[in-house]
Amino acid sequence: MTTTATSPPPTLHEPDPAAAPQPPRRRLPAVLVAPTLLVLVAALGYPIGWQVVTSLQKFGLAQQFGRPPEWVGLDNYRALLTDTDLWVVVGRSIAFCLICALVTVGVGLGLALLMGAVGRAARLVLQVALLLAWAMPVVASMTVWTWIVNWRNGLLNWLLERVGVDAEGHNWLVQPVSFFVVAAVIVVWMSVPFVALSIYAGLTQLSPEVLEAAEIDGAGGWQRLRLIILPLVRPVISIVLLLQLIWDLRVFTQVKLLQDAGGVANETHLLGTYIYQLGTGAGDFGTASAVSILMLVLTVAISWYYVRSLMKEEPR
Amino acid sequence: MSTTALAGSRAPRRSTRRALLTALAVALALVWAFPVYWMLNSAFLDKVTLQRTTPTFLPFGGSFDNFRAIFDDPGFLRALGISLVVTLTTVAAAIVIAFLGALAISRFRFRGRRSFVLALLLIQMLPAEGLFIAQYKMMSGIGLLNNVLGLAILYTAAVVPFTVWMLRGFVAGVPIELEEAAMVDGLSRTQAFLRITFPLLAPGLVASGVYAFLQAWNEFTVALVVMTEEQSRTLPLWLRGFVQASATRETDWGQVMAASAVVAVPVIIFFLVVQGRMSSGLVGGAVKG
Repeated sequence: MTTTATSPPPTLHEPDPAAAPQPPRRRLPAVLVAPTLLVLVAALGYPIGWQVVTSLQKFGLAQQFGRPPEWVGLDNYRALLTDTDLWVVVGRSIAFCLICALVTVGVGLGLALLMGAVGRAARLVLQVALLLAWAMPVVASMTVWTWIVNWRNGLLNWLLERVGVDAEGHNWLVQPVSFFVVAAVIVVWMSVPFVALSIYAGLTQLSPEVLEAAEIDGAGGWQRLRLIILPLVRPVISIVLLLQLIWDLRVFTQVKLLQDAGGVANETHLLGTYIYQLGTGAGDFGTASAVSILMLVLTVAISWYYVRSLMKEEPR
Repeated sequence: MSTTALAGSRAPRRSTRRALLTALAVALALVWAFPVYWMLNSAFLDKVTLQRTTPTFLPFGGSFDNFRAIFDDPGFLRALGISLVVTLTTVAAAIVIAFLGALAISRFRFRGRRSFVLALLLIQMLPAEGLFIAQYKMMSGIGLLNNVLGLAILYTAAVVPFTVWMLRGFVAGVPIELEEAAMVDGLSRTQAFLRITFPLLAPGLVASGVYAFLQAWNEFTVALVVMTEEQSRTLPLWLRGFVQASATRETDWGQVMAASAVVAVPVIIFFLVVQGRMSSGLVGGAVKG
């Protein structure tokens, strides 16, 4: 508030705090946004800047021990372009992200329509169940799921035995394909509640008159869904799909913890765990920074549409 | 809504259909709630029961022994202390900072306002995984690795964009005319704000505080990177220790589930209280169309 110093105090004697000069209206907003800017620049802006700089340097183990980093220009990026390891990870991350996001939105839409079709009691039961799953802390969910899929005495293998699959003692985490199936099931289980409840909230905004009118005009259930309900909730669906794409691209905790629980790390990296391993494992900060920048750019590119749609409602 | 959708003449078909859908809804509810139930159920069972080849689905004959063991574990108590300090610091800092920011963008029109909002929205999208290596280097550079305050700063920056966005909706919901009316009645601007607007914002401040609480309490990724020593583990990192141990040796899952329940139950209660507010903030614009 020291910025008020430029405007002279109106009275020289007995300064009355209630009558103290208002800070000039033009300065006040700057003062109000300053703390936000400060914490964002310190904790996010500076690291991003460091990352951009480091991605242009050779910054490996030698630099960890004090040797000054060497400028290599775009070499890290050029190396990445020809690095098959990275492209496998990028391809895997994108495939995992697309599958999880599409399945999540599909299942979420189904659950939302189901909530609209059943009676109040059944709907409430479903809503409470979804909220419980949504509220679970990620790491707590992961401990439960690692136990369910545990090869020694987990529930999954017992259940499979019951239906006639010879799964006794089978460890689902040691093979990349079954590892990712487990990971995808967990990610979808965690993400569906938000999607289902958001789409359901969108459905409740539809006017019953429109649906009645369609019915009187002879539209069957499927036609009403395809021609009326889906187009009307499309804005909600596209936003939750977009958010899912962004969130599923950055999946880290689930993969990291499944790796910890005995999964094979090298063949199951997604972008997040790959960067983590490059940076804290191999100490190759130059490459880790370049991959991080790639990930940030990818995220901003996907979120651009969402952010722009939110900005449209912003007064100038 | 769609209860009116089917014509009455097809009543028998309609009721079977309805019964099938209800059964499906209940079955799916069980699928989604099951892991939460499984955590609580197993938390009450002892190691011998849990190691049987046939699972035990109801906690009959259970006890609080697992919980007692958790609360006797010095590792848990230390992690609990660290998590509480980090979380409460984050909540306090985020509320104050975001409140000022929200006030600026909803009550003032200033140059750079749109850019500020745009920056907040974009930052909110940035994945921690694309930043944590740089944050790690920064924290180690200034000696804040394994430091509670350092982690709280990173958390505050992570939650502030969304809290500003959320709070600004609350601030905008209080009509400025109320404040002006109070000023006509003789209150100063500050008094009018403190006595009229501020109390009306209380629900918003509580909701954003709970949001910050949930984020900081549950956060795993950044903590994993900057809290490298066992002494400075937060609760999620401490829970991870059990997962790691399960890879190589027989695990007492009853204790792991009790530990998870201790971490999860307060969060679930908090979450149920504020859920409505948070989700409407995320997709509000879309639903309104």
